[in-house]
Amino acid sequence: MAAADKVDPIHQFQIHPIIPLHIGGYDVSFTNSSLFMVVTIVLASGFLYMSTAGRALIPGRLQSISEMAYEFVGNMLRDAAGKQGMQFFPLVFSLFMFVLVANLIGLFPYFFTVTSHIIVTFTLAILVIGTVVVYGFAKHGLGFLKLFVPHGVPGYLLPLVVAIEVISFVSRPVSLSVRLFANMLAGHITLKVFSGFVVSLSALGAVGIAGSVLPLAMAVALSALELLVAFLQAYVFAVLTCMYLNDALHPSH
Amino acid sequence: MFVTSAYAQEAAPAAAEGDPHAGTAVPAAEHEAFPPFDAKTFPSQILWLVITFGLFYLFLKRVVMPRLGGIIDVRNDRITQDLDHAARLKGEADAAVAAYEQELAEAKANANKIGQQASDAAKAEAEGARKKLEAELEKKLGEAEASIASIKARAMKEVGTIAEDTTSAIVEALVGGKADKSEIAAAVKSASR
Repeated sequence: MAAADKVDPIHQFQIHPIIPLHIGGYDVSFTNSSLFMVVTIVLASGFLYMSTAGRALIPGRLQSISEMAYEFVGNMLRDAAGKQGMQFFPLVFSLFMFVLVANLIGLFPYFFTVTSHIIVTFTLAILVIGTVVVYGFAKHGLGFLKLFVPHGVPGYLLPLVVAIEVISFVSRPVSLSVRLFANMLAGHITLKVFSGFVVSLSALGAVGIAGSVLPLAMAVALSALELLVAFLQAYVFAVLTCMYLNDALHPSH
Repeated sequence: MFVTSAYAQEAAPAAAEGDPHAGTAVPAAEHEAFPPFDAKTFPSQILWLVITFGLFYLFLKRVVMPRLGGIIDVRNDRITQDLDHAARLKGEADAAVAAYEQELAEAKANANKIGQQASDAAKAEAEGARKKLEAELEKKLGEAEASIASIKARAMKEVGTIAEDTTSAIVEALVGGKADKSEIAAAVKSASR
């Protein structure tokens, strides 16, 4: 591993403390990951705040971007969860913006990708499922459990169906978090591997430099793909959040 | 490079399984865990994520979203208002066109009426003038005829006198001496009959 440290595709995911901090026996240092979380929210908030500062009736380009994001998430939530779902608009919008901006920042060389860590995506997923469960029980009481009992299922199949429904519900936070995490992780590793090829081949002289054109082209194409994935995964995360929130609002299928 | 990525895949499940104990058991071994599954970093990441995402959520909810929603609402209101305004103006324009057309039709009807009246009046006047002229001409014709008749009568009377004078002159010239006037007159009368 030491020999490959120059092009080690895992190196980019390492976390190192910037300001060491220990509270109650836990290491809660301000790390590079924390730094990029701060960068993410500062950039996202700053952009949304500055671009709408003019409150222009006819929006400029930047204000249009903010408005498009706002209406995009708003329509997504309204389509999935109806008018009642709009009370979760701030949550879904912040999740979408946070994941999107974190993904996009991660595409810059030497930048840390916050969403490439399972614990981050899992915490966000738990936040979503926690909201669904808490709101579901608060609104419908035990009626929320109807979520696990679909209509029109014959009695002898019911135990099986309920078991499947419960398992699928429990696996939601896992699938939600692993999907985002795995996409970001795999994308960044692949990108790094192909970029590593370029460096290694270039060290082999003229033939190597000529040969390194192929992995370079691949890295360029992958960068474009990763840009798409960054948007797509933020979108998927937000859409699934909307659908799960819809379950909390309307538990009976 | 393939070695390291393969290592990553092998290390991942191992680290994930070892996580619950990782915090206490593993650190002694300098065996580096695959970073995303390194449970040592979890408390810090969770804490800072909660702090940053919480702040982000509050900022968006309190500041950004009311503002964006306001901008979009104001625009939609404005568009509705403008559309209403345009519809009202269109209604007004339509009403104006209708009024104009009605006025035009009325004016046309008026013009026709006035034209008709004028032509009728002119006809009547012309007729009157013609009749008056005819009557005048008739009268003048009558007068002329009367005067011709009187002139003729006078002339006829004078013809008698001239004939008598001529006769008396002829008689004087032929016979010598004066002829009786009454005889001449009777002779002329009988001759002219």
